[in-house]
Amino acid sequence: MRKTTNQKAWWLVVPVLLLVAFNAFIPLMTVVNYAFQETFGNNQFFWEGTTWFEQVLRSERFHDSMLRQLLFTGMILAIEVPLGIAVALSMPRKGPWVSVCLVLMALPLLIPWNVVGAMWNIFALPDIGLLGYTLNSMGFDYNFTQQPVSAWMTTVVMDVWHWTSLVVLLCYAGLCSIPDAYYQAARIDGASPWAVFRYIQLPKMKRVLTIAILLRFMDSFMIYTEPFVLTGGGPGNTTTFLSIDLVKIALGQFDLGPAAAMSLIYFLVVLLICWVFYTVMMRNEEQ
Amino acid sequence: MNKKWILPSLYILFLMLPIYGLLSMSFKTTNEILGGFSFFPQEFTLANYIKIFTDPTWYNGYINSLIYVAMNTVISVSVALPAAYAFSRYRFLGDKHLFFWLLTNRMAPPAVFALPFFQLYSAIELFDTHIAVALAHCLFNIPLAVWILEGFMSGIPKELDETAYLDGYSFWRFFVRIFIPTIAAGIGVAAFFCFMYSWVELLLAKTLTSVDAKPIAATMTRTASTSGYELGLLAAAGSLTIIPGAIVIYFVRNYIAKGFALGRV
Repeated sequence: MRKTTNQKAWWLVVPVLLLVAFNAFIPLMTVVNYAFQETFGNNQFFWEGTTWFEQVLRSERFHDSMLRQLLFTGMILAIEVPLGIAVALSMPRKGPWVSVCLVLMALPLLIPWNVVGAMWNIFALPDIGLLGYTLNSMGFDYNFTQQPVSAWMTTVVMDVWHWTSLVVLLCYAGLCSIPDAYYQAARIDGASPWAVFRYIQLPKMKRVLTIAILLRFMDSFMIYTEPFVLTGGGPGNTTTFLSIDLVKIALGQFDLGPAAAMSLIYFLVVLLICWVFYTVMMRNEEQ
Repeated sequence: MNKKWILPSLYILFLMLPIYGLLSMSFKTTNEILGGFSFFPQEFTLANYIKIFTDPTWYNGYINSLIYVAMNTVISVSVALPAAYAFSRYRFLGDKHLFFWLLTNRMAPPAVFALPFFQLYSAIELFDTHIAVALAHCLFNIPLAVWILEGFMSGIPKELDETAYLDGYSFWRFFVRIFIPTIAAGIGVAAFFCFMYSWVELLLAKTLTSVDAKPIAATMTRTASTSGYELGLLAAAGSLTIIPGAIVIYFVRNYIAKGFALGRV
């Protein structure tokens, strides 16, 4: 859309700016304060410079939780995106089933996150949960509270359960915007199903897919409540992702300095990756 | 050709199984739950639900959650509307940077902000009030609402505005009388998203409340830890948290697909 330059438009943005700044600037500055200083309470601060940052960046523990986080985000993206596309492609386009599908699929998205964790905890309990009991009676040795692999699998499957629908709904919206004429033209040309997907459906889904990947990346990188309720980060530290580790350090051990430094590094990593995504997306939109 | 229904059906089955597990457990007695696995409740009981609806610490949790979610939705959408209009119609100094900065707040991990938020809201003496949670959730809901509304507004031709101004409408009169009704669907979708993210978030809501505004989700974690193994009660409380979401989805079902695409299909 062609836009006119109008500096008065700033006035329309002011309320948003004030509210978000209140919620973002002040806490962020608090974090920055803690990240560069040492405090023993009583509002006395001592300048520490970049000590905490060096400590965090060198610590084995941070490397481990960062690696686990990257692995987790990579895994859920690798499962959710193709699965979401496949489900969206095979969903009906019209008829009474559309609403039924959409409502049922959107349901997991609106369940409070700790309930999702609790639900999966109950579902996967080895002796009394539906999943745990079934797996064990089929002869698999499955106990997510003790086996790291089971815990990982359960966490990943839980996230797939929770969020694949977001990818499905986005892709479905993209697919619905393709006019029938495109498909008719493809049929006349004798295009194979793969060609239809590659040259008609995929390009139309590109924009929504970018949004889907962006949202899934951001949210899975911040994941806290669900794995915390499901496994509590265990067994051992095997499912301690970045947010869980951060809360452990900040509120569990009350090591505010390292926690704040870690927060900033964490935030910068998310920001950097999202900025790359965002730039790519905006460039696509301008074309 | 028409084997297409298999995949969505299997997927929906996969989605429904854990929900069924939760529901069936909520109708069981504690003895039965701990006694071993059963697919259907053997001694069907409503005791868990009765407990929740008669004990104020439980049902107040629902009321608290609904209050701050409603407040947050109203605040977020009403401040996001003019801002989204500005972003979709005008160019102004720093607009692109501002837009990205807003989005960065959607990317901030709540775990990073939990402790500073606690200090901030204690300092202004809003700790343990509904408005504190509602304001805190604005951190990620306002950027999202602006993003969604901007997408919807950009789909409306600018001629609409220009004609109205030529007809002598003032900005606010045009905005309230003509523009807002035109993008009603977009507002519905934005409100849906604000509701959704405020309803499902727990970390900040739990950090900012202790007694008076405690959300239902936090009440549940307390039960899980203190009174040991009241799984039936936990399952019943969990099942009840699904209902508000289901109702809201039902109302916006026709816009859901486009809404999730943030108006940018």
